[in-house]
Amino acid sequence: MSKVQLSNVIKTYPNGAEAVRGVDMEIQSGEFIVFVGPSGCGKSTLLRMIAGLEKITDGQIHIDDGLINDVSPADRDVAMVFQNYALYPHMTVRGNMSYGLKNRGMPKSEIDKKVTDAAEMLRIGDFLDRQPNQLSGGQRQRVAMGRAIVREPKVFLFDEPLSNLDAKLRVQMRIEIKRLQRRMNVTSIYVTHDQTEAMTLADRLAVINDGKIEQMGAPIDLYNNPETLFVASFIGSPQVNLLPVTFDGQHLVNGNLKLAGFSDLPNSKELVLGIRPDELSLDDNGQFPLRVDIVEQHGSDNLIYGGILGATDDGVEEMEFCFKTSQDMLPDLDSTLTLGFNAERAMVFDKTTGDRLR
Amino acid sequence: MKRVQFEHSAIPYLFVAPQIIIILVFFLWPAAQAIYQSFLLEDAFGLSSQFVWFRNYEDTIFSDSWLQAAGFTIVFSAIVTFLSLALALLLAVKANEVIRGASTYKTTLMWAYAIAPPVAGLMGNLMFNPLIGDMYKFLNAIGWDFDHKLDSFDAGFVVVLISVWKQVSVNFIFFLSGLQGIPKSVNEASMMDCRSPTRRFWTITFPLLAPTTFFLMVINITYAFFETFGIIDTTTRGAPGGATNTLVFKVFQDGFRGADLGGSSAQSVVLMIMVLALTVVQFRFIERKVHY
Ligand SMILES: Nc1ncnc2c1ncn2[C@@H]1O[C@H](COP(=O)(O)OP(=O)(O)OP(=O)(O)O)[C@@H](O)[C@H]1O
Ligand SMILES: [Mg+2]
Repeated sequence: MSKVQLSNVIKTYPNGAEAVRGVDMEIQSGEFIVFVGPSGCGKSTLLRMIAGLEKITDGQIHIDDGLINDVSPADRDVAMVFQNYALYPHMTVRGNMSYGLKNRGMPKSEIDKKVTDAAEMLRIGDFLDRQPNQLSGGQRQRVAMGRAIVREPKVFLFDEPLSNLDAKLRVQMRIEIKRLQRRMNVTSIYVTHDQTEAMTLADRLAVINDGKIEQMGAPIDLYNNPETLFVASFIGSPQVNLLPVTFDGQHLVNGNLKLAGFSDLPNSKELVLGIRPDELSLDDNGQFPLRVDIVEQHGSDNLIYGGILGATDDGVEEMEFCFKTSQDMLPDLDSTLTLGFNAERAMVFDKTTGDRLR
Repeated sequence: MKRVQFEHSAIPYLFVAPQIIIILVFFLWPAAQAIYQSFLLEDAFGLSSQFVWFRNYEDTIFSDSWLQAAGFTIVFSAIVTFLSLALALLLAVKANEVIRGASTYKTTLMWAYAIAPPVAGLMGNLMFNPLIGDMYKFLNAIGWDFDHKLDSFDAGFVVVLISVWKQVSVNFIFFLSGLQGIPKSVNEASMMDCRSPTRRFWTITFPLLAPTTFFLMVINITYAFFETFGIIDTTTRGAPGGATNTLVFKVFQDGFRGADLGGSSAQSVVLMIMVLALTVVQFRFIERKVHY
């Protein structure tokens, strides 16, 4: 049960790469925090600074009340699960799990008990005497988790721990990680670029873009109320539909399209209208004529992709939109659907700054 | 069940033929000759020879000079192997930590590899020359009454020093690549599990290098046994009084300097058997322990 606090944390690599550009964050005791963002945005760097594997260029990191900037990784009382597991190949599963405890001078009987308990919890009890190369990917992942669990650290750190597993196992492990974290109630920080993992695991989600926190909050808040164009387009799958528009005082305008129901928007600026695929609906009075391109059947629902007739973006005719609908909706290809949307729920962003205007 | 049959052709045999011919001509044939010679006793002028069963073996192996050479070879090989491995490992670990200018550093350390043993020996000879040798002067200046022409320990010191210096660079290259083969994340995981760098080295790095170390041990023992010939031949030539004779050097001396072909052949055969035994021990017993 520990708090983690980051104050204006900056990381500049020796080659000049500015990976983290000033991050402030307060993580409550027992919270599950997920860092999410595109590749290269600095998620791993931030996590590795908390772990002590990367020097902090500027700023401060506290765990509970202790400043840990210059504390060695082994003394920070944090445990990390790596993407490629990073098991010690010459040690058995038992050896891997007990190594950290041995080095901390714990008595053997106590180590044995912890290892056995953790192994049972993770269902790897049968493999304790095997070497890592005799295990499947999923089993190795469990061992890596076990190695972190037995330490009973103040903070768990995960760097894309599931990205090497197949889709089914990933879902299974995701649920298991969540369950374990609930049970142990250890503050956890989890890095991923998988949407679903981010949405389902997090108590709070930090969307990182280019070394800065774009927005942080409960996943559902980020989905419903993104503060920037970046967050809106990053969170949500399938992606939000974006349409470049201008405001003429009453309508949002793009090509032949005139969308009513908007007010109080700047006249002269380039804007972007964002509509989630599930906010669109079939509506004979609707404003979007959609020519059907592809119909994806996902089981419970269908995703219909197509071009909006009359909308353009920088010379691209027929902007692509995605429409999420029910299983029985199967339009012919190249037929045209008329779609409407609820202007109340639509989002409008400033195209240049990316800020949300309404 | 249908079996897949590939067509046989002579071409693969053609490709391995040169290798086989080389082994036959340069290895098996001389080895057979040595075995044959080791049962013969030649007269002083090499005109006639006589089949003497194992007399050559008895005469050489139980002689004091052979036992002395055998003793020296074992101690010498052990010291050279240990020191050149230990030094190379130390250098490799340090070089692996260097980030800035790493390649210059590494190239510098690898240079000695390009020097042939006899050349290394000649250089050593100059350095230990009583008249102009800097090492000779230096050792005497720091209070060591150093004279490798007379003192057998000092002579041993010279050949060990040169042999180790020459071999460190090879070992260094292998250790360095071995170290770089250890995944970064494994090192990082161990940093979070263990505070002490020394302990991390002995519990993680060193065991993970075991296959490299084993391979290098085999290479180094072979080096100390055979290739140091060039160094000994250009420095001490076995002096003083045979104190720095290795078994290989003695084979050469007895055969070519002493013209005792029979005795020299018997020694080579014994050497062959020793190497064979060593190889078996290494691969049978040690190798099993080092692979994970
Ligand atoms: N050791 C390093 N030296 C120099 N630059 C680095 C180093 N590690 C990362 N970077 C740079 O820092 C930035 C952030 O990298 P980081 O690994 O944190 O990204 P990430 O968000 O984890 O991406 P991914 O999702 O691909 O893992 C990148 O631009 C990367 O090129
Ligand atoms: Mg990363």
